[in-house]
Amino acid sequence: MTLLRPRSAAEALKLYAQSPGALPLAGGTDFMVAWNAGLANDRVVLDLAGLEAWRRIAATKTTITIGALATHADIQRHTAVRRHLPLLVEACAMVGGLQIQNRGTLGGNIANASPAGDTFPPLAVYDAEVELASARGRRRVPFGSVFAGVKKTVLEPGELIAAIHVPVPRRPTRALWRKVGTRAAQAISKTMAAGLLWLARDGTIAELRFALGSMAPTVRRLASVEAHVKGRRPDRELAREAAALVARDVAPIDDIRSTAEYRLAVSQNLLASFLTRET
Amino acid sequence: MAHVVGTSARRKEGPEKLSGHARYVDDYRIPGCLHGVTVRAPIARGRILGIARDPAFDWDGVVIATAEDIPGPNVVTLIEPDQPLLAAGEVRHAQEPVALVAHADRSRAYQAAAHLKVEYESLQPVIDPAQSEQVFKSFLIERGDVVAGLAAGDLVVEGTYTVPHQEHAYIENNAAAAWFEADGTLVVLASMQCPYYVHKALKPLFDLPAHKVRIVQAVTGGGFGGKEEYPNMIAGHAALLAKKAGRPVKIVYDRHEDMLATTKRHPARIRHRTAVKRDGTLVAQDVDVLMDGGAYLTLSPVVLSRGTLHATGPYDCPNVRIRSRVVATHTPPNGAFRGFGAPQTLFAAELHMERIAEAIGADPVALRRKNLVREGSTLAVGQVLRESVGALQALDECAKRSGFRDKRREYARWNWRKDQPTWKGIGLAVVHHGSGFTGSGETHLASRAAVALTREGAIVVLAASTEFGQGTNTMFSQVTADTLGLPYDWITVETPDTSKVPDSGPTVASRTCMVVGRLVRQAALDLKAALVAEHGRVPHTRAHLREAALTLCGDAAERRFEREYEKPSGMAWDDATYRGDAYEAYSYAAVAVDLEIDKATWEVTVHRVTSVQDIGTTVNPLLAEGQVIGGTAQALGYALLESPVYKDGVMLNAQLTNYVIPTSLDTPEMDVAFVPAPYSNGPFGAKGVGELPMDGPPPAVAAAVHDATGLWITDLPILPERLARAERERKAPRNRK
Repeated sequence: MTLLRPRSAAEALKLYAQSPGALPLAGGTDFMVAWNAGLANDRVVLDLAGLEAWRRIAATKTTITIGALATHADIQRHTAVRRHLPLLVEACAMVGGLQIQNRGTLGGNIANASPAGDTFPPLAVYDAEVELASARGRRRVPFGSVFAGVKKTVLEPGELIAAIHVPVPRRPTRALWRKVGTRAAQAISKTMAAGLLWLARDGTIAELRFALGSMAPTVRRLASVEAHVKGRRPDRELAREAAALVARDVAPIDDIRSTAEYRLAVSQNLLASFLTRET
Repeated sequence: MAHVVGTSARRKEGPEKLSGHARYVDDYRIPGCLHGVTVRAPIARGRILGIARDPAFDWDGVVIATAEDIPGPNVVTLIEPDQPLLAAGEVRHAQEPVALVAHADRSRAYQAAAHLKVEYESLQPVIDPAQSEQVFKSFLIERGDVVAGLAAGDLVVEGTYTVPHQEHAYIENNAAAAWFEADGTLVVLASMQCPYYVHKALKPLFDLPAHKVRIVQAVTGGGFGGKEEYPNMIAGHAALLAKKAGRPVKIVYDRHEDMLATTKRHPARIRHRTAVKRDGTLVAQDVDVLMDGGAYLTLSPVVLSRGTLHATGPYDCPNVRIRSRVVATHTPPNGAFRGFGAPQTLFAAELHMERIAEAIGADPVALRRKNLVREGSTLAVGQVLRESVGALQALDECAKRSGFRDKRREYARWNWRKDQPTWKGIGLAVVHHGSGFTGSGETHLASRAAVALTREGAIVVLAASTEFGQGTNTMFSQVTADTLGLPYDWITVETPDTSKVPDSGPTVASRTCMVVGRLVRQAALDLKAALVAEHGRVPHTRAHLREAALTLCGDAAERRFEREYEKPSGMAWDDATYRGDAYEAYSYAAVAVDLEIDKATWEVTVHRVTSVQDIGTTVNPLLAEGQVIGGTAQALGYALLESPVYKDGVMLNAQLTNYVIPTSLDTPEMDVAFVPAPYSNGPFGAKGVGELPMDGPPPAVAAAVHDATGLWITDLPILPERLARAERERKAPRNRK
């Protein structure tokens, strides 16, 4: 194994451009598993630990910018994130155990592109953007477009995730984060739901954002459901209609962790109960 | 002198483990040691056409061993000589060892294993036990007339139950190191439960006499049965590589390999037909058991035996028939696992009792009270229970402590309201578990244990019974201390090493306390008698004990008092008819599980487990409670979480990320209590505790799930997916003709 240890972002991007086959190393929580399985033997590893600037979290009135190397623990501690992005905080608090939360980074979580990434449904409903950097320059990709499949992203050779930008949302009428993973901790999710709902003064739905994780190869926003409920009253009738539309927005998968049938039924129940909740 | 039996004496090896000084196999730095890796078959069944080295790979420093290198017969000795140490000619299960490689560098050894090319011709495997035509063992146990009995009840209740494989998930994976001394003695240092099993297996493999094979137990990080017979295999592999290399070799499995290749609990399908009277009296029990043994016989006949003997539950029924068989499939051999066949059949028996209760509209506690064994009861094998039967006391205490009847009423009101977000339920089970080997097993084992007084005045317990977390060392020390009337701290326990300790039999079957503990007590009584004869009393100061030791030892370094197993008087067992006293004594437990199920996700949260047991005298209450809590957590995993996924005979979720065992957050509050009914032949009245906690929770969980939802989930594990499907099918039943 060859280890590259850049001291700055510029140096990292230059080194990565020179050896685009290198394995970027952030918190290492996924890397260690691959390494133990012998998959990192003879690879070039680009250690990003020296990029202090990429660990920063910064908040303005309109945007919260989370450096790619901010850990799940950093995110939980940040005052502005706690105030404005509580679903992300809750998700970070349920990733692995404390050791994983202390090491694992948000950028690493996204780059690894597991279908079960716990932070993805919150980032999807918060309309986050991912900032990508390479020696050639920088670009921004909407969060929903960053994944190309299981363990695949749209990152190009030599490109690293630099930061995640989240617009500060208006305070929602209600919000939901739910991770369903069978056991109480250290669980890989079978399904996850994140939801934000704004009601108009007349009690009808002004806006719904709802995302499901672990259901399909990539995180999904429920576009049909979100469009269908707009302007309607959140009653049992609407909940039934919305639940019936879930299958149009996401085709759940069977895998060794759960079944498509169960994932769909749970998602429908979580959506329906979110829509009809009292508060 | 204060008595130490009955107190929570501090765990002997506790400080060593807590401070990190305990050394496990992988902690030993052995000079010149190579790291061994196993080349395994990727297919469930096939012929080996050839083994070739990849010419592109650098083989410098790599040692390779195949079946041809084995000096003796290619057999892992256990019950039948059917399992090879390395597959030769034919492969009978995926992950079967085919060859071994070793290298000084661990990573290099793994690479070499990947470059050893084995060519196979695939054959059609038999994976489904119901399709198997090879029966390893079958039993038929009858009492009374089951056919007449089935016709004589007011109604017959039928049910079919299935249980899956279960992984032991000990914290330390299987590991062994081996080397040859200058005089040709083979030494094995391993993580294991049964040093003399390994001793017996290695002698013929290497064609060595008993005194040229020395097996030493390293500190062992858990076993649960998973280190009963499997160490024979990994120790044989390490020794074979050591012989070929002329250097020490260590093999330490990683979690993935350990889960893929080593033994699991036997999956089983159990059918019940029970005739019962309206008043709840059992009239006839007809039970059929099918277990999946895997590719080789290993311990399957004995697992089946215990499963069969526990298949009716702890009830006295006049007409019983139990038919059972364990068959071969092309899957990795299943083996010993805490409970050893009983958790499988007791799940079926106890959940079936719940269905009987529902069928006749009986209270589940009252139904059990009516039929439970008590002193004087007769079991299906004809055994009359003469003493130490605490089943009823355990049930009554459990029902009281758990508030069973009040909770049933309270939850019925909660569940009646359709707008509640959850269902709540409480369920109960009563189980028995025989202590020690079945039938004449202990007589055949002829176990020995000793207590020695050294010239320096040290008192040493010598037994092959291993400590692997359950408390062997502490229990032996307590028994010895109280027998001699000396302080607990004066007693030491020798490391199980076949060159130092006698063969006390395997550390299995809830036998260490009751059977080996009794031998230790008898040996200590002999030492006491010798001291009294010599000095009029047992010396109560170190100085006096040293003086006494000098006279008792004479010219020898120690004076050893050894005892061999003797069958308690009045016990009789016939191996041919399989009738008689199946076990010396039984322990009993009543378990209540209180849980809640989320209606949106079908996730089950266990809030509280009440576990009341009769294990005879509780030698060490804290360790006993630890056994109950740990066993209950393991049983809750079996009941609710642990779902091994197999395809073509290969486990697909052989990682702890995807094979979900409970964490501390999934482990509920537990109320553990003891209602001792002492056993006169146990040391200070003790019976076994190790396996019992595995038996009761699964049927109690299933009963609670039924109480909550009205659904009978008869297949373990009770996953949310299974509950969701059962509920959907209840709402929209499929058309059946």
